[in-house]
Amino acid sequence: MWCIIESKSRDQFQEELVIRPLHSGDIYASFQFRTLWDTDFLQERQKVSHYRLFPKSLGQVLSKFSVRELHISFTQGFWRTMQWGQPFIPSPPGAELWVWFHDTVSDVDGNWKELTNVLSGIFCASLNFIDLTNTVQPSASFKPLGLGNATDHRFLRYATLPREIVCTENLTPWKKLLPCGSKAGLSVLLKSEKLFHSSFHSQAVHIRPVCQDEQCTSKAWELRQTLNVVFDLYTSGQGKKEWSLFKMFSRTLTEACPLATSSKVYVDITDNPELFELSPATPLLSQAVVLGDRRTYSVFDLTRAEMFGQLRSLNLLLRDMLRPLLHAERYVAGFGLQTGEIHTVIYNNHPYRAFPVLLMDSVPWYLQLYIHTLTVTSKSRDNKPSYIHYQPAKDRHRPHLLEMLIQLPPHSMTEVTVQFERALLKWTEYTPDPNHGFYVGSSVVSALVPSMVAMNTNFTQDQPLFSSFVPVKEESSYFVRVYTEPLLVNLPTPDFSMPYNVICLTCTVVAVGYGSFYNLLTRTFQVDEPSLPLAKRLANLIRRIRGVPLLA
Amino acid sequence: MSHDFLQMHLKAVISCLLIFLYKVHTTKAGQFFSSGHTNNWAVLVCTSRFWFNYRHVANTLSVYRSVKRLGIPDSHIVLMLADDMACNYRNPKPATVFSHKNMELNVYGDDVEVDYRGYEVTVENFLRVLTGRLPPSTPRSKRLLSDDRSNILIYLTGHGGNGFLKFQDSEEISNMELADAFEQMWQKRRYNELLFIIDTCQGASMYERFYSPNLMALASSQVGEDSLSHQPDLAIGVHLMDKYTFYLLEFLEEVHPASQANMNDLFKVCPQSQCVSTPGHRTDLFQRDPGSVLITDFFGSVRKVEITKDTINLTSPVEPPIQRSGSGDIQIESLTYVDQLPVAEIIHQKPKQKDWHPPDGFILGLWTLILLVFFQTYGIKHLKHIF
Repeated sequence: MWCIIESKSRDQFQEELVIRPLHSGDIYASFQFRTLWDTDFLQERQKVSHYRLFPKSLGQVLSKFSVRELHISFTQGFWRTMQWGQPFIPSPPGAELWVWFHDTVSDVDGNWKELTNVLSGIFCASLNFIDLTNTVQPSASFKPLGLGNATDHRFLRYATLPREIVCTENLTPWKKLLPCGSKAGLSVLLKSEKLFHSSFHSQAVHIRPVCQDEQCTSKAWELRQTLNVVFDLYTSGQGKKEWSLFKMFSRTLTEACPLATSSKVYVDITDNPELFELSPATPLLSQAVVLGDRRTYSVFDLTRAEMFGQLRSLNLLLRDMLRPLLHAERYVAGFGLQTGEIHTVIYNNHPYRAFPVLLMDSVPWYLQLYIHTLTVTSKSRDNKPSYIHYQPAKDRHRPHLLEMLIQLPPHSMTEVTVQFERALLKWTEYTPDPNHGFYVGSSVVSALVPSMVAMNTNFTQDQPLFSSFVPVKEESSYFVRVYTEPLLVNLPTPDFSMPYNVICLTCTVVAVGYGSFYNLLTRTFQVDEPSLPLAKRLANLIRRIRGVPLLA
Repeated sequence: MSHDFLQMHLKAVISCLLIFLYKVHTTKAGQFFSSGHTNNWAVLVCTSRFWFNYRHVANTLSVYRSVKRLGIPDSHIVLMLADDMACNYRNPKPATVFSHKNMELNVYGDDVEVDYRGYEVTVENFLRVLTGRLPPSTPRSKRLLSDDRSNILIYLTGHGGNGFLKFQDSEEISNMELADAFEQMWQKRRYNELLFIIDTCQGASMYERFYSPNLMALASSQVGEDSLSHQPDLAIGVHLMDKYTFYLLEFLEEVHPASQANMNDLFKVCPQSQCVSTPGHRTDLFQRDPGSVLITDFFGSVRKVEITKDTINLTSPVEPPIQRSGSGDIQIESLTYVDQLPVAEIIHQKPKQKDWHPPDGFILGLWTLILLVFFQTYGIKHLKHIF
């Protein structure tokens, strides 16, 4: 039977850039590139072979390892929540990878190991260092962000590499995954020399199944590539609070990506518009509710040809920032190289509402936690968590996993402390630079924060990408994930030159001590006539001739 | 007699003439097909860690840059950098690695792909890449997939001594290990010809022990000599390049893909007057004459181009038939997103189903002890009361 071939393509690509000036004078730029494709990677009968906008390398990874959701991020720098507010897409310093596998997978650990190796080749990163010693299986955090109903946490794996460096070699393959590469559209702005000269840089890939339309009767695969960067006012400008695309990226936009159905730049102008000078001015404004705050954006639609040639300078001003309601910090206390204490401090800045947060801590096995010393205090009173899941570490096999659901009282600071002891590693397990220290990955605090403004629960296609990343289920709260700082802990380091020194010293002692003793016992002594000097010998010769007694 | 002599003389003359003609013919044809390789690979390794070894990373990246410029693609280059200098927090200009003073040439570029970085650069990984004995899950970009018609360029730089090269300040590779690795490569037919360049102190000691055929080696200094660094940059605060690789880069910048420069020119790079150390080279294991070996045989890339005058029909793209189930007859239930933080569900979560394991030896021993004590004290006659 002859099938009628539809010529409508089933994949579409959207790109957007959001520019938001921050309270401290820095500027936050967030790129999001989304490809939506109506296909089924996990179908057995028909393998997907014709790729158009969706990158083939990632599609093959999804079908080979039966991946339901994949989230990978590479971050340089730490997001300062109190100064900058909440990011659109949070990420911890270093590399973070969490994957939900399909429930048809029988060997999740094997698939996870191979997946990390394949991804390390795709992104030129050392993700092959992810193994069982730093992978955890959270029991309540990291629920899937895509469609689905069953959430059996046996199919979830989470790992971070806080030491991972991000540089141009990670940006290059990331850019190559985009449909237009770095040739057209918003990705021409992504030049590494400016992007890495910033206070914060984070690039991520998020793949998940989403609703195709509003009725949500069928699934489509969504690939989001996000890049968040915060440019420092003082290191890159002359100190004046004036910004332009050229100053930030050393490039200007020349055309929209021809493969994109929508290509937009949003500029946050939520304060008084008269104080603002935006050039070129645009009458197109839009409002969006994101992270519990209703904000106004000036929208530049790049698919309209008259935009170009003028999009060069933007003058922006300071504004008052909505104080973030949830904030977390973490540090190591104690002294010496034997014991210590990890303190995690979570702040609830809401004036009258209390809300629960889920704290997830993954500590490597070489910091041996004493869970009997775990205390959770709020307002100097004990605060008992309503749910605790603790999986102890197994030396060289598994890290510690601690998950707690803590109710934060309003306008308070909650402190979680736990003591630990440092382990002595085997001498081959130390890195080539052990005096740098060992990293402990960030803690993750997930919460549903009550919102001042009603959130939008309708899912529409026209919604800007930055407000539609996290699915919103109820109007009164929004979901947020806050990452703490990673910790740098010094382990007792042996002296690696010790074996060499011991051998030298021992051999010297043996040679000098025993050698002398041996010589004394086995040497035989003979009396030796000393030979006279030449003058005395001649004198002796003459004396012999004369018959006189000889000299000694 | 004289007739035979004349005949013999004539035969000799004719054979001499034939040999002469043959030689001319082979040198002309020989020059055209002399190289015998069909693809090019490069393995570029920097073995030093820490910020003050910036110059070793700059060395490797300048060879990487030249090799890419002359045509070898990223998929055929295995680049190993033991530390990150470009995005190091001490670098005043992030995402750049400079090779010339006053920041003239950024060898890091905008399009770099590092295959092994940081702690992955170890002696074991280096030898595994050379011999091809990698774990099955290693991605393609981390493998040296050469065959017996590949010309491979291997460049090593770092700190070395007489007979060894230091990797990351914690381990070393000896010249015998390297020679054995190359022999393994030869026996597995993993190369056609191999050019080995090393820029370390006493570098010539590293190629002393080679014994496999078709190897040519260059080093920046002889045994007993140190290779020196070139120039510090006051803004960055470290030495940017080593002398030998600096002059090598200057030489290679003038080479273009169609250049006819040969190995003899490469041997003349950086004489003692410029380099202070004496560069050395070794060609006795190499079958061809170095004067007939082009630089681009190793630094460039062979591309096989076939020109045809026939027309080729391209088939129209096949769209997979779109399967849609009966439209709208069946009521499909709408799919939903998962709740991100279902508090009630979490609090009442049942503990995770753990897989059942047979009881441990300790538990079994403990129970055996308890039973033994019980029967000891109360006697075996109580057994029947139990059963």
